[in-house]
Amino acid sequence: MDLTLQVWRQAGPNAPGRLVDYPAKDISPEMSFLEMLDIVNENLNAQGIEPIAFDHDCREGICGMCGLMINGLAHGPQLGTATCQLHMRKFNDGDTIVIEPWKAAGFPIVRDLAVDRSTFDRIIEAGGFITVPTGSASDANLTLVPKEVAEWSMDAAACIGCGACVAACPNSAAQLFTAAKIAHLSLLPQGQPERWTRVEAMVDKMEEFFGSCTNHGECETACPKEISLDFIALMNKDYMKAKFKNRRLVSQAG
Amino acid sequence: MVLELDAKIPEGDLDTLWEKHKFDMKLVNPNNKRKFDVIVVGTGLAGASAAASLAELGYNVKAFTFHDSPRRAHSIAAQGGINAAKNYHGDGDSVFRLFYDTVKGGDYRSREENVYRLAEVSLNIIDQATAQGVPFAREYGGKLDNRSFGGAQVSRTFYARGQTGQQLLLGAYQSLARVVGLGQVEMHTRTEMLDVVVKDGRAVGIVTRNLITGEIESHSAHAVVLATGGYSNVYYLSTNAMACNATAIWRAHRRGAAFANPCYTQIHPTCIPSAEEFQSKLTLMSESLRNDGRIWVSKKAGDDRKANEIPENERDYYLERRYPAFGNLVPRDVASRNAEAMINEGKGVGPLKNGVYLDFADSIKRLGEDTIRERYGNLFEMYERITDENPYEVPMRIYPAPHYTMGGLWVDYHLMTNIPGLYAIGEANFSDHGANRLGASALMQGLADGYFVLPYTIGNYLAPMLGEPLVPTDDVAFTEVESEVTERTNHWLSIKGTRSADYFHRELGKIMIAHCGMSRNEAGLKQALIEIPALYEEFKKDVKVLGSAETFNQSLENVQRVDDYFQLAELMCLDALKREESCGGHCREESQTEDGEALRNDDDFAYVAAWEWTGDPGKAEVTKEPLDFKYVKLSQRSYK
Ligand SMILES: Cc1cc2nc3c(=O)[nH]c(=O)nc-3n(C[C@H](O)[C@H](O)[C@H](O)COP(=O)(O)OP(=O)(O)OC[C@H]3O[C@@H](n4cnc5c(N)ncnc54)[C@H](O)[C@@H]3O)c2cc1C
Ligand code: FES
Repeated sequence: MDLTLQVWRQAGPNAPGRLVDYPAKDISPEMSFLEMLDIVNENLNAQGIEPIAFDHDCREGICGMCGLMINGLAHGPQLGTATCQLHMRKFNDGDTIVIEPWKAAGFPIVRDLAVDRSTFDRIIEAGGFITVPTGSASDANLTLVPKEVAEWSMDAAACIGCGACVAACPNSAAQLFTAAKIAHLSLLPQGQPERWTRVEAMVDKMEEFFGSCTNHGECETACPKEISLDFIALMNKDYMKAKFKNRRLVSQAG
Repeated sequence: MVLELDAKIPEGDLDTLWEKHKFDMKLVNPNNKRKFDVIVVGTGLAGASAAASLAELGYNVKAFTFHDSPRRAHSIAAQGGINAAKNYHGDGDSVFRLFYDTVKGGDYRSREENVYRLAEVSLNIIDQATAQGVPFAREYGGKLDNRSFGGAQVSRTFYARGQTGQQLLLGAYQSLARVVGLGQVEMHTRTEMLDVVVKDGRAVGIVTRNLITGEIESHSAHAVVLATGGYSNVYYLSTNAMACNATAIWRAHRRGAAFANPCYTQIHPTCIPSAEEFQSKLTLMSESLRNDGRIWVSKKAGDDRKANEIPENERDYYLERRYPAFGNLVPRDVASRNAEAMINEGKGVGPLKNGVYLDFADSIKRLGEDTIRERYGNLFEMYERITDENPYEVPMRIYPAPHYTMGGLWVDYHLMTNIPGLYAIGEANFSDHGANRLGASALMQGLADGYFVLPYTIGNYLAPMLGEPLVPTDDVAFTEVESEVTERTNHWLSIKGTRSADYFHRELGKIMIAHCGMSRNEAGLKQALIEIPALYEEFKKDVKVLGSAETFNQSLENVQRVDDYFQLAELMCLDALKREESCGGHCREESQTEDGEALRNDDDFAYVAAWEWTGDPGKAEVTKEPLDFKYVKLSQRSYK
């Protein structure tokens, strides 16, 4: 296949950026999207043009490192698929493909297609954990967890932290990411003690960096792990409750 | 010079050894822990669990990863599960059985004492992870579910769907994030360690490069822990993530740390074969597929018919034929070597004739498509996404791929390398898997090291250093290394050759897989030891790296890793050449039983080969740490 790429090039965080055309010739439909970019980079290198920077690592849809806007869609046209798992057979000979980085104030551009998603770490640091210092746990089977609950928690825990939800959202909101982590932990019995402080801390931290959610639902469509919008509803409910519960807890503590 | 290697294995009975030793080791009292700085390089399962635990104890921790977040580490990709001797199913499992299986599975090339401790602390790992909220699979009664894995005769593998590594890593990452949030860990992301600093024989810090700004920096500490993962990517194509690399352990090796058993690599039999020349990595399909899939090729070489056009009596179910007792469930190394043999006989399948069939037709007939979908639905989907073929209708194609490296930095019972103050944990060390790792045991080892071993043993080293100031980063020990690193980094940009680092990496991979892959022989290894240095010379003259050292420059990151692979590859071949026996994943064609099985030579080779850097990787010097077995009886594996 022969394709034309229009790729976002930006030399650094504060440099101006623009779309640049590159041909991608003799592309095999068997290649993954990132392998296609590898070849383009190989050719650019040979011509003395600096290769296109893009993040990636596992190339099997689990590390959450890859993430490109492909023709305006986060992770491209195939549903439930991260960029690294997308294959060129989903495109046609002669296509023009526009490739851009995630664009969101919460994700500053590092270079070209690579962005800085460390704001996600800040949200987890605020409360996305269960406090259990090493060695303090009791026997695992002392806490029973209904199978359905474990499965539901796992559905939320499947989030790979790629940021497609933010990139796809017209408001650049991070509700789906944040809600998935809150649901993962707060659905489990182990997560109950910190349930109300967690949701408050994480939502407040999220709002420092990201826009607000107006229920477009684009995030769910873009999510390579097909994480459900229902978790956002759960988070909102818990957040409201937490406002009362946390205050009561504090007043009890005197 | 011959190294002095003391494994520091305590005296005593195996089953009380670790408990007793924990009591005997020196302690740092809680108020004094904050007076010690510890550097942890790598924040995968091993590093994140170590950094979190050390910070919780009160140490000042600085953690480093080249990823943009600890959650990206390659541990995230582990699918199958994690072993623990919980015996929740009352099927006869025990710490001793897990220990025994691991030593045997490693083909008797690991230390009994280390492995016993690993089996012991496996119990705590499951408790810890569950308490953190790792959503392990449950039974209907709410208890933890187990499955059997990798040929074990008991059900001891805990799992979270096909994402066990992801969930365990998120558990460790979240514990780490908690202490980062509390200011107890200084976290450096997108920062790559490029050298270790040693002063007066002790590890005193590291030199790093900030991958975004290019800044070269020094960091000082009382101890340095390397948790930087394995080196399967020396083969270019492997199941590892693209950025996994050997730089941290290789640079430590060059500073004097012994490298143990570099040739022990595991080639996993069930991966999706390459589809084209520009294939960038190989995808692992869970080993569990072999429970219900039958492996076969055509009896005729060069058969161009489609799978379903080949009648039953013209198919060769070669594993079932050769190993009637174990059939398709023979260990990884046996399955891999047999697949390679079939392809070498011209019986490979698929467009590039580089695979063998893994066929579910019989199981679908016997159990129904729904059952198969329930068991393997996500794997089948992944396969179809990559190959565009539907495995419910046509057999899968599989081929072995480099997957795990048992070799790594030599460490003693305390997980300390032979450089005092320098530790290696997780896949980066050589410690527990001998010549072959059992399925679901790497996650166990990484977390055992990070949560339950290192946090104890490091105190024993630090305690006597109370009050010793850090070596300042303007000390010559640091400034010298810093200028070496800066010079080396800039050097790549000045070569201005004609070919990319990837090109050379791919070529190196071809040599390695051909001569130091699934089976090895003297002539091939000698050939590789000529070809690798020759290609290396070309690389050094002709590699082309653009851009600058002061920006985010992925080609520059890559070229340095490839440089280190070249040297490591030579050492691997040298080690493989000198080990004139077959054991575990290391199959020397000259050393086989009459049935073509790997044949060990315990009289001459029951030792750990610890290599020392001499300035030329092809002329490294070996020190042998003898292995002696008091509890496990050495036997020849047989899967007939
Ligand atoms: C596809 C796949 C499936 C697997 N499935 C299983 C399974 O089911 N069960 C099982 O037990 N095992 C499995 N394994 C093996 C297991 O996942 C790994 O051995 C294990 O996770 C390694 O953990 P680690 O912490 O040692 O290293 P890693 O997770 O690789 O982490 C390395 C860390 O070091 C950092 N790093 C490396 N070098 C540097 C440097 N120079 N400077 C700064 N940072 C650096 C990286 O950023 C990263 O944070 C699987 C492996 C693969 C490839
Ligand atoms: S590269 Fe890991 S998810 Fe795409």
